[in-house]
Amino acid sequence: MCKECGCGGDPHVHFHNGVAHSHEHTQGQAHTHPHEHPHKHPHEHVSPVTAETRTVEIQQKILSRNDEQAERNRAWLKEHGVVAVNLISSPGTGKTYLLERTLEGLRGKVSCAVITGDQRTDNDARRLQGKGAPVRQIETINSCHLDAEQVGRLLPEIAGAGVRLLFIENVGNLVCPAAFDLGETFKIALLSTTEGEDKPVKYPTLFSTAPVAVLTKMDLAPHLDWDVAACRSCLRQVRPGVFIFELSAKTGFGMEAWLDYLTKLVE
Amino acid sequence: MHELSIAQALVEQIEATATQEHAQRVVRVVITVGALSGVDPEALSSLFPLVAEGTVAADATLLIERVAVRAHCKACGLETQAKTTFSGCTACGSKDIELSAGRELNIKTIELEIEER
Repeated sequence: MCKECGCGGDPHVHFHNGVAHSHEHTQGQAHTHPHEHPHKHPHEHVSPVTAETRTVEIQQKILSRNDEQAERNRAWLKEHGVVAVNLISSPGTGKTYLLERTLEGLRGKVSCAVITGDQRTDNDARRLQGKGAPVRQIETINSCHLDAEQVGRLLPEIAGAGVRLLFIENVGNLVCPAAFDLGETFKIALLSTTEGEDKPVKYPTLFSTAPVAVLTKMDLAPHLDWDVAACRSCLRQVRPGVFIFELSAKTGFGMEAWLDYLTKLVE
Repeated sequence: MHELSIAQALVEQIEATATQEHAQRVVRVVITVGALSGVDPEALSSLFPLVAEGTVAADATLLIERVAVRAHCKACGLETQAKTTFSGCTACGSKDIELSAGRELNIKTIELEIEER
């Protein structure tokens, strides 16, 4: 019996994918069809296939989707007259504390906004509330960095109404955030005196991309025998023209120069 | 471990290219990773098959070409290579240098298998 149609073997024509052909059944009943290829069961009705291997040159950035969104963010910021700085450092460098003091110092002078990223909790956003600037927290859950899409979603609601300076406090991490363009105007790398002076040469990806570096917790330097000259030299090894601030948000040392710089950024 | 995000972005782009070219299978993908890209090629290599599982790139071989850091001196025009960083031009000592290579994180080629009926 023909398994295609269940017939007893009378001459007939099969249609496979629109192609008419027939074949000889085991019982011997033969039938003909438009394209001659007599064969015996069992057999497969498949079209002849040839696989071709082709190499496509695409020369595309792997993170092109993020980069495209980053460019949209950059255009939005420019259009709205907002300067955005992407603050990147290890956890515990004092980014949030510096931002608390910075928002207090700029209050009434520069219209600021903050986007802060952490894996979990809105602790940072709560610390930064009530200082005259809108604050939004991004909880990245499993991700070790902020990306352009997360930031882009928040821009209209947070940086729309007359904001001139947007601080993006990235997830505390010296490696991953450096690879993701958020559309910021530029990156600022921070390093505290409780970390090694040679961090910049150990983590050159970040420190070579940031035109500005901030050395925090300078009030602790004498207690830690921390060598500021060595640290400056390491910063210059990866970014010869880097602009360096030394400050202590706690004692206020160096804060005036920092606030003055930020004010001039948006003038 | 942002290599996971990188691997996901990579597989998404491979899938898009395969769809566009009507390919049934991806054989080989060549990418370039610069020494200053911030990406660990080994981590990316081991994550790639996990992310590619169940996609058109499931059997694809990932080939990573590492790119060294190169800098161009704007003062004397010399182009030099270094492991990761530069404190200045190795010839004239100028600090006015700019990186010309080392930040790459690009897909170079995708080898596809396309069945023709």
